[in-house]
Amino acid sequence: MIDFAGVGVHVHRTPVLRALDLTLESGEVTGIIGANGSGKTTLLQLAATLHRPVAGAARVLGADLSSAVPAHLRRSICLVGHEAALYPHLTLRENLRFVAAVLGQTQQSADTALDTVGLGRAADRRVRQCSQGMVRRADLARALIAPPKLLLLDEPHAGLDSSAGDLVDFLVDEVRSRGGAAVIVSHDRARLDLVVDRVLELVDGQLVPVRSLR
Amino acid sequence: MREQWRTCAAIAGNSLRLERRAGEALLVVAPFGAVALLLIPMAVGTDVPLLRRLGPGMYWTVLLLFGVLVILRQSSLQSPAQARLLALAGVPGAIAMLGNAVATAVLLVAFGAVLAPVVIMLYDPGMQGWPWFLTVLPGVAIGLALLGVVADSLVRWLDARSTLGPLLIVPLAIPLLLGATQSWQAAAFGASPLPWLLLIVTVDLILFLAVLLAGHLLDVVT
Repeated sequence: MIDFAGVGVHVHRTPVLRALDLTLESGEVTGIIGANGSGKTTLLQLAATLHRPVAGAARVLGADLSSAVPAHLRRSICLVGHEAALYPHLTLRENLRFVAAVLGQTQQSADTALDTVGLGRAADRRVRQCSQGMVRRADLARALIAPPKLLLLDEPHAGLDSSAGDLVDFLVDEVRSRGGAAVIVSHDRARLDLVVDRVLELVDGQLVPVRSLR
Repeated sequence: MREQWRTCAAIAGNSLRLERRAGEALLVVAPFGAVALLLIPMAVGTDVPLLRRLGPGMYWTVLLLFGVLVILRQSSLQSPAQARLLALAGVPGAIAMLGNAVATAVLLVAFGAVLAPVVIMLYDPGMQGWPWFLTVLPGVAIGLALLGVVADSLVRWLDARSTLGPLLIVPLAIPLLLGATQSWQAAAFGASPLPWLLLIVTVDLILFLAVLLAGHLLDVVT
């Protein structure tokens, strides 16, 4: 799924990741922790094929990131960042239906995704009128419209209550059960350890293993 | 190919829906443009023949200058997270740009339609050959919209995009402005505006190719 060997990434000409190694197999879920500004988000964006490495070899779903990534492979990746990719002026339903349209899925798949995350009754509310937790759920619902092979979650537990936090576990289990893989960046070690197979810490642009709390 | 055009239509529809909700282009920019058209007769005075001569030129100049605000609204409507969503959905850069251009062209036609009665009322321009206006306005709107998405793709990631955008668009829009004003003049003097309409169509085609090229380059770079 992911194979990074000695990867270096610069953001605005500033080195963020240095000689980073990471391998993620099918069915595996990895948690990433690290201090603020350590490069966790950049690592997720690299895994989402949104950055080009300046050094090393990087492959995601078999595609070499040093050249253009085929569109069909990108559709197999879902990145849910800490900034929701929803339009504030549109309703939750309109947002999800737009995502379904650009992914080539039916409008029904968007409505079903909203029902699954418990937002069926609030579907016609505009995003700007929703609580942070509702927006977070709706953003996570994107992963249900076209189930991805690679799920990348950046601080998914932030702004969610414990019952909504179970939604993250549900999404990850869904991906894992279909032979996909997931990378979760989180500061919530307790929740992270419940759902991942291993935890790695990003220190000075490199990943180091961390002992599980379990 | 059919799927890509469907995606293009979805992006255009989404952009127009956002505009309908935000109301930025038509509820804010259009009255602002109308006020600009009102200010000029107040500055010039009630010199009716002069205003009649100035009218068409003022109309197209206001459409271009205030249209830049409509054109560049795309940058403010789309956050980096939404841009990443489109990239990960495998939407080709050119399709995303064309979808936004279609929405902008529709808004510019609406903007032009709102300004037209104002210019007729205040400037009393000659209305000979007015049917040509029905083809010139969409032609100019399409050209400005295509130019806008190309400029937006070039300056989107820069800090100074709000000032660099108009700086790129306005000089490159001169052929469209020339075609629009001269077609009106030609019609007023009983000549055929067709050569000027052809100029607008040619510029539109060149800009369409520029969108395809810019979209391809975006796909290669990102």
